Amino acid sequence: MTGVPKLEWKGITKRFEGARVLDGLDLSVAAGRSLVIVGGSGEGKSVTIKIALGLMRPDAGSVALDGQDLTGLSERSRRKVFSRVGVLFQSAALFDSLRVWENIAFRLINSDGVPRKTAKARAIGALGRVRLGPEVADLYPSELSGGMQKRVGLARAVVADPEILFFDEPTTGLDPITAAAINALIVEQVRHLGCTAVSITHDLASARTIGDEIAMLRSGRIIWRGAPGELDTTDNPYVRQFVSGRAEPVT
Amino acid sequence: MNTPVAPARGALEPVRRIGRPFLAAVRAAGAVAVFAVRGVAAVFTPPWFLDQGLRQLVAIGYFSLPVVGLTAVFTGAALALNIFSGGGRFNAEQVMPQIVALGITRELGPVLAALMLAGRVSAAIAAEIGAMRATEQIDAMRTLSTDPFHYLVAPRLAAAVISLPLLTVVADTIGIAGGWLVAVRVLGFNATVYVRNTETFLQGWDVGSGLLKATVFGFIVALMGCYHGYNASGGARGVGRATTHAVVSSAILIFASDYLLTTLFTHR
Repeated sequence: MTGVPKLEWKGITKRFEGARVLDGLDLSVAAGRSLVIVGGSGEGKSVTIKIALGLMRPDAGSVALDGQDLTGLSERSRRKVFSRVGVLFQSAALFDSLRVWENIAFRLINSDGVPRKTAKARAIGALGRVRLGPEVADLYPSELSGGMQKRVGLARAVVADPEILFFDEPTTGLDPITAAAINALIVEQVRHLGCTAVSITHDLASARTIGDEIAMLRSGRIIWRGAPGELDTTDNPYVRQFVSGRAEPVT
Repeated sequence: MNTPVAPARGALEPVRRIGRPFLAAVRAAGAVAVFAVRGVAAVFTPPWFLDQGLRQLVAIGYFSLPVVGLTAVFTGAALALNIFSGGGRFNAEQVMPQIVALGITRELGPVLAALMLAGRVSAAIAAEIGAMRATEQIDAMRTLSTDPFHYLVAPRLAAAVISLPLLTVVADTIGIAGGWLVAVRVLGFNATVYVRNTETFLQGWDVGSGLLKATVFGFIVALMGCYHGYNASGGARGVGRATTHAVVSSAILIFASDYLLTTLFTHR
């Protein structure tokens, strides 16, 4: 990789009650690329993304966005930097006291100072980008199915045209058809925005669809990284075990 | 060779048993203090979410009126009966209006209104914010460049601090009216004389000290709800635990601060 990466984790270590979840994690993603971090349950995928988002502090190491260290930023500076970031959470994390359009326009209204009328128009535009009609705008999240909530979450992530998108287990809990639709929407939105994307998942079908590159996280470090097509040809025993879905290592 | 490790451990065990909860309590007090400072700072620094503040004023203040009013009227009535029958032991029945007014304005009005709010509002705040924590909504808010202290905590703190003194004025008025009702209808007091006695006896400080207490209690109620909700962990069980802790800690802090403030006010 040449030049400054868009996002870089440098020597990240994180412990929880003595257990070392991340152990000197080094990882970077170039601008305009889509990186998918895969790994087993409890391997620290969510922690990796939460540290990048400033939702969790690492015990050691740093995270840099466009070369700027994010780990020591004040809350105010962090908010400014993260105005360029969009996130789709595993549970969609929609605000259940707000209507769908208010959820999508949350950043526009409360952080960017966009008038409510303009923000609503942009929110309805974003709903169209995720194949939802304007009639959904005035519903509450509890009135939507899981797949629709994910679409609304994606609309909220892309409405402010971010430079970098994070996807936390975007297809977990969805049926295969809805999951495929969400994957297709993610690919479409990332291409449309020309942004950098970082996803975490243990769903390899999803990883192959949305990723330009896949990185395997195990024991707190990246043990393998390659293109989606290389998943099936690698010699790495753990990756082969993961791909084949076996309980015992592949020999 | 004898090893000193085993006896030393045994000897230190009582110290450990006392020390652990003490350190935990100090840690918790420090965490609450830091949270309170951040919350107060958010009240006085932009951005201000006025729509959220108004929504909380309605939820905390307006919707608490029925429960505070009912509590006050029954307490005032019961207080009048108790003072009348107790005062009768030394022929002091006639000072009943003054004592009811004093008891309600200085003590029972603010404390009972605060306790009602602890049960109704502190629990609701802890449950709502706790559920937001459990479902990653607070994390989502931060990634949407919005500080939860400004959006969630500050409006609730401000609304409770504004609402509780107003509710206390209502509780004082209705509580005294409850006493008046019993005195006039049951105990045969003259309605006009009762009101005049109350008016001439009550001083501004009697009401003012109660309202100052109510301001502090309002802060406690909202702070405990926000703190326990914000720090909830462990899913639905954690939200339930946060709700319980919010109500219990609010009630204890209301009684403790009531004693401290009363001591302060009576020595001024």
